[in-house]
Amino acid sequence: MPFEEKVTWVNAVVSAIVPAAYFAVVLSQLGNVSASEIAYQRPMLTAIGVSIVLTILGSIAMGIGTGISAELAQRGSAGDIGRKDERDVYIGRRGELAGYYVSSVGVVGAMALTMLQYEYFWIANALYLSFAVAALVSATVKLVAYRRGF
Amino acid sequence: MVKPTSVTNSIRTLRFANGEMTQAELADKVGVTRQTVIAIEQGRYSPSLEMAFQIAKVFGVPIDEVFQYPKEES
Repeated sequence: MPFEEKVTWVNAVVSAIVPAAYFAVVLSQLGNVSASEIAYQRPMLTAIGVSIVLTILGSIAMGIGTGISAELAQRGSAGDIGRKDERDVYIGRRGELAGYYVSSVGVVGAMALTMLQYEYFWIANALYLSFAVAALVSATVKLVAYRRGF
Repeated sequence: MVKPTSVTNSIRTLRFANGEMTQAELADKVGVTRQTVIAIEQGRYSPSLEMAFQIAKVFGVPIDEVFQYPKEES
């Protein structure tokens, strides 16, 4: 598996788990209090920070793991760590484009919520959701391209 | 699984004809990852024209001895 694909797996897992945990924590409060009373700011900033840190740590762990397994097997892809070729670039572009379309739809949705004068809570969460889904779609498209070719 | 490219290649044959060159050795000579060489060999990725020329140069043969584009059956 190319190192870039491993990093994409880290992105996919992080962009699925962290937002899911955030929304589970924040949206569970909706039944008890109104949206305007929910303190979503700190959990959202925490989720964003955790996503960044986990992605960095996961990428480092993948690099170390790839190096160790290549050494143990006396072959493999230790030389591929950090190497990014044209196929990685093309796959990266394809994934980012898919993510761009998704986030564009999300931003239009957030714009509509703003025009309809919804609570800040809904606007901020719509934006966060669109970025989270965009990251997940982007990673998924990249993984499909790595696996099935293009 | 349907192959995403119609371009076929003789890289595997050429590797064995050139001292049983490994995929990793070819990847190092071209400057790509081993997985990209595997993807090209299996027809899951069509390389750029520049990479195709680089691969042909490694084997010292014209590009059409490495890559082929079969005629469509009518």
